[in-house]
Amino acid sequence: MASTTAIAEEPGFFTLLISRRAVLVALSVFVVIVALCVLAPLIAPADPARMSVRARLTPPGTDFLLGADAFGRDVFARLLHAGRVSLTIGLGVAALASAIGITIGLAAGFFRRLDAPLSRLVDAMMAFPDILLAIALVSILGGSIVNVVLALSIVYAPRIARIVRASTLVIRELPYVEAAVALGSSTFTIMTTHVLRNILSPIIVQATFIFAYAMLAEAGLSFLGVGIDPSTPSWGIMINEGRQYIDQAAFLILFPGIAISVSVLALQLIGDGLRDALDPRLAKDL
Amino acid sequence: MGRPVSEPLLQIRGLSKRFETTRGTVHAVSNVSFDIPRGSITGLVGESGSGKTTLGRALLRLTEPSEGQTIFDGQDLNTLSAAGLRDARKRMQIIFQDPVSSLNPRLRVGDIIAEGLRAHRIGTSKSRREMVVALLEEVGLQADHGNRFPHEFSGGQRQRIGIARALALEPDFIVADESVSALDVSIQAQVLNLLLDLRERRNLTMLFIAHDLSVVEYLCDQIVVMYLGRVVESGPARPLYSNPAHPYTRALLSAVPVPDPRPLRSRTILKGDIPSPLAPPSGCVFRTRCPHAIDICALEAPEPVSVGAARQCYCKRTEDLHVPA
Repeated sequence: MASTTAIAEEPGFFTLLISRRAVLVALSVFVVIVALCVLAPLIAPADPARMSVRARLTPPGTDFLLGADAFGRDVFARLLHAGRVSLTIGLGVAALASAIGITIGLAAGFFRRLDAPLSRLVDAMMAFPDILLAIALVSILGGSIVNVVLALSIVYAPRIARIVRASTLVIRELPYVEAAVALGSSTFTIMTTHVLRNILSPIIVQATFIFAYAMLAEAGLSFLGVGIDPSTPSWGIMINEGRQYIDQAAFLILFPGIAISVSVLALQLIGDGLRDALDPRLAKDL
Repeated sequence: MGRPVSEPLLQIRGLSKRFETTRGTVHAVSNVSFDIPRGSITGLVGESGSGKTTLGRALLRLTEPSEGQTIFDGQDLNTLSAAGLRDARKRMQIIFQDPVSSLNPRLRVGDIIAEGLRAHRIGTSKSRREMVVALLEEVGLQADHGNRFPHEFSGGQRQRIGIARALALEPDFIVADESVSALDVSIQAQVLNLLLDLRERRNLTMLFIAHDLSVVEYLCDQIVVMYLGRVVESGPARPLYSNPAHPYTRALLSAVPVPDPRPLRSRTILKGDIPSPLAPPSGCVFRTRCPHAIDICALEAPEPVSVGAARQCYCKRTEDLHVPA
């Protein structure tokens, strides 16, 4: 395989990314999950909030594809609608944590005076167990989708901040940054054009992992009852609600559990694939 | 600009740069003074660790000098505010040694060359593109190279891109820091000729930092020799090469390989390594390796002694050792 790629034209980034079968499968699975959730009203037209006493704990079958829960609500519809919430939280946390982390990391890497206080803050936050810190923050902020995103972003931002700071310290000493100073470029231009642009790959990879961690953490928070408002279902809330009926209707926690596991696994594999495809040294061996 | 042409473009007066480290103070550049005449190419030579790169960077205040003056066209750069410095730097640029790390790998060559124009808001994006094309052609590249990325070029071509970037702001003064050291000899010659052409065409003044003395001899009008952060000898290139005054310059020149197999020259071979800039020797810093050192050399730093037109030698024993041509 190596010999054919060596002769052929340099493969594009996407070709490189999907050249590993596991990554291709993970990417396909994740796209299907996202599509199902986005198109939820079309695919599962049943109202996810409509209760029916007669349908309580109906097992999966013809009436209800994935069964009905303790209030007789359609699990399939709830699963897809809950997925929207879980994926939105994952994406929101990945984006916001990156934004916060990039800001802190660039500031610490660029301004010597800010480095020590910011780095100690990041160290301190990383010393806390993720979920405990998240629980503490949600308890302070109150439970809502926005606050959960905010809390989890604060929890995961230090991971990005560390990567950005370390890379900034290396790049700011390179001659092209010195040339930019001599040419009169502003500190902002140097931070964005010269530093940030060169460290986007590791940030993207880390953000993919944070996406997955955030979905897990949200499920954990919801399961513990400190997450979002239970009237808007997320996969974590579905597991929490199904927990009481684990003897009679294990499918209630099985399906959201599978949804979380598969999404997280897919994201992790995509993250691995991105890391390999974005790193030219590893990319050659693919 | 209203100033006499005879006045040097750059006057360096008592410039020092010290770095504070946990192990003590590194004296990278100590009390350096010399002039760079308008339109000249001044060669700054010395072995690794002699402080030549630090001096080059301190001139542009890419590293803040600890003390001293850098008078550029009548203006002391070291007293300028950030905004004043930004304007002054438009007239002085730098070309680096490493053709790989001196270009941002994520930017297209056109954007790299136009960076200074954008930073100083010169021209529109369309006129900047035209300027970039003109610069690419001036340094011997092609107009369509502007759309490519740095990794698509060879070392010599990358160095030309670095030169085009430095020229974009139409500077009067350029520091070329070991700018051909990383290139093959055949490519070195091409880049050196390009620098000479540009000097003619644009009336550039240059400080050419190098450790390769044959390159410096080919290119430079004036030479400044540094050792352990201090100037040991300076003067016009030809007399300095034919009749070096300072013992260190003699040792340095005798180390230049000559394409002649007959070993007729007497070679001065220095013993030991360059001392640590953390604790430079007292008096003359070269005395620990100097074959002619005597007791007074340890007592006080040598003052410059005139050894010919515009030539100065920093040696206590200049009169005993140097025979004027």
